[in-house]
Amino acid sequence: MIEFSVWQILGNLLLAARWTVALSLLAFVGGGLVGLSLLVTRLRGWPGAATAVSAYVHVFQGTPLLIQLFLAYFGLGLFGIDVSPWVAAGGALTLYASAYLAEIWRGCVQAVPRGQWEAADSLALNFGEKLRHVIAPQALRIAVAPTVGFLVQVIKGTALASIIGFVELTKTGTMITNATFRPFTVYACVALMYFALCWPVSAFSRRLERSMRRDH
Amino acid sequence: MTIETPFAIVDIRQLRKRFGSNEVLKGIDLDVRRGEVIAIIGKSGSGKSTLLRCINGLEEFQDGTLLVDGQPLKHGDAKAMRELRQHVGMIFQGFNLFPHLSVGRNVMLAPTLVQKANAAEVDATARRLLARVGLAEKFEAWPDQLSGGQQQRVAIARALAMQPSVLLCDEITSALDPELVGEVLKVVESLADEGMTLLMVTHEMGFARKVSDRVVFMHAGRIHEIGPPEEIFGAPRTPELQQFLSSLH
Repeated sequence: MIEFSVWQILGNLLLAARWTVALSLLAFVGGGLVGLSLLVTRLRGWPGAATAVSAYVHVFQGTPLLIQLFLAYFGLGLFGIDVSPWVAAGGALTLYASAYLAEIWRGCVQAVPRGQWEAADSLALNFGEKLRHVIAPQALRIAVAPTVGFLVQVIKGTALASIIGFVELTKTGTMITNATFRPFTVYACVALMYFALCWPVSAFSRRLERSMRRDH
Repeated sequence: MTIETPFAIVDIRQLRKRFGSNEVLKGIDLDVRRGEVIAIIGKSGSGKSTLLRCINGLEEFQDGTLLVDGQPLKHGDAKAMRELRQHVGMIFQGFNLFPHLSVGRNVMLAPTLVQKANAAEVDATARRLLARVGLAEKFEAWPDQLSGGQQQRVAIARALAMQPSVLLCDEITSALDPELVGEVLKVVESLADEGMTLLMVTHEMGFARKVSDRVVFMHAGRIHEIGPPEEIFGAPRTPELQQFLSSLH
């Protein structure tokens, strides 16, 4: 057993939290980009697009994130592709986030009244102009709260990446516990770290929502 | 005033439209001359709004042809639709102003994006059109700060900014409080006086009688009667129209 002071525990966890943040950002930015293209594909109304996107969303929403991580990490290995925990966790979380974001944002787009589409159509705006200048600004305002809410889910979801050996906050907590045999102290610190990451994000979303309401 | 031109500005031939198995337009033939004002009346469900919405492609039709300014309406062809819609303006019952844009920017959006007109020109046109509908001082206002009548007048200015050859009005006063109807109708009447081609679905029979050149009575997906307002309102020939008119009083 090694003696760690609470400060040493916190210090180590703080360093590990960088990787939680990095993985969350990767998942969120990647998921956002993929999710956006899924959404646009769907809105385009190409034949079969809606069905395909909806199937994609159902697959990722209907299976546990943990299993998706396993499949990405071990599944690709079966084909002789050597994936690092980074690639597996980043990839799986990106796909997972993209499915949820595509669905969240679709709801926001649908909440924009049909008359707005029709007015834009009548003014001869093309698909891109319509989306960019009429629909997106209105959908965006509705999207802030659920999107940030989901970002919080993603931050907490990165904890699962510890299972495939990705050394982030939770994994580091486990490692310190194994060395110190003080699980309660260590995991309490881990929980605090997650809270310190998630709470400001939620607070920021509330502020953003208020300011968007004011300056429209 | 109607100016005779060799071809109709809107030319509809045997137009049929189905929603699933329900046929709502059962073969419509209609010619609209340049500068003509057409009022479309009829019971709800008679297909009058659907007909109007077919003319700028908001509704797809299954059969027949529709020409605007000699150009056929082609649904699959985005470029042709964009071209056609620049000639056809539409005003809606629910105004449909863009709530995230100021009044001025509502009017300027389409000319800027679609016609790529230069900013100073677009700005000047927007101010002129807003002045024309009596809202010069509302350029910087937000749509939700305006009354319904004012919003509808902004919507008219927004449609006019694209310099359409035809203006479609879909029950544009139906969502307004009675005391606000007059200000909108006055604007529409002045457009008619200036020779704008207008097709309007309306429940304002007095107005239809006053400004229209021809009145179309729709019943069960067909044009049941068509003629000058004196005939349609003064001497209705079919029992359906007689019944419709008497139900209004």
